[in-house]
Amino acid sequence: MKLKDIVNELSLEVESFKDGLQSNVTGAYVSDLLSDVMANSKEGNIWITLQTHINIVAVASLKVIKGIIIVSNRPVPEETLKKAEEEKITIMTTPLPAFEIAGKIYRMLEDSKQ
Amino acid sequence: MLLNIKEPIEESFQIIGGNFTQAGEASTRLKHALFELGVDEKIIRRITIATFEAEMNVIIYAAAGRLHYYITPDSITVKVDDMGPGIENIELAMQEGYSTAPDWVRELGWGAGMGLPNMKKNADIFKIDSVVGEGTTVEMVINFP
Repeated sequence: MKLKDIVNELSLEVESFKDGLQSNVTGAYVSDLLSDVMANSKEGNIWITLQTHINIVAVASLKVIKGIIIVSNRPVPEETLKKAEEEKITIMTTPLPAFEIAGKIYRMLEDSKQ
Repeated sequence: MLLNIKEPIEESFQIIGGNFTQAGEASTRLKHALFELGVDEKIIRRITIATFEAEMNVIIYAAAGRLHYYITPDSITVKVDDMGPGIENIELAMQEGYSTAPDWVRELGWGAGMGLPNMKKNADIFKIDSVVGEGTTVEMVINFP
């Protein structure tokens, strides 16, 4: 499934690197602990979190995570978006909390396998 | 797979304590260098995770530190030494979930007590040495299979 399918279906706001919407999504990882994401996320995952500070970009970049979804309408600092643009990471935002957005993405990914 | 390099490749980085904006710079540079050398992606990931965690520890806990990597045809050694508070009980610090990080660091999603265990997990050889009041040295070796 392409990232843009998820963005369109769930009405996510794209805040950085729009070119990344063409990338493939194989799964998602939900965590607000950066070391946990480094240890346990997988390449091709999108990352669902409430963290917005600049370090999320470096973590995503090192783990080859193409997209980060920021939940609960948390504002993303300008320096994070600027870094994300440089590192080619697509940051998206949603008003939904992590549980709900994760549930919806899980269902989309499962449906796409059938 | 032996790397096709004639001479060892090495580089050093200064890391400034508290500079969260700089976090990951050394690891990212190293990642690009390893890609260019044609190192297997799984190995690159292990190296960069371990290196990034080490960088973070300097930024979170120390006044300053230095990261040095040394690449030979069959392995990489990453050494990080800092001018930090030192670790009182290394055995405890190595336990997953144990952390002395202050609340504001935890609010950033760091300080979950996973840094040192992540380093150890991803390295083939992991050595840590610390003197309270002086600093900590971590040395990690990852072999190229």
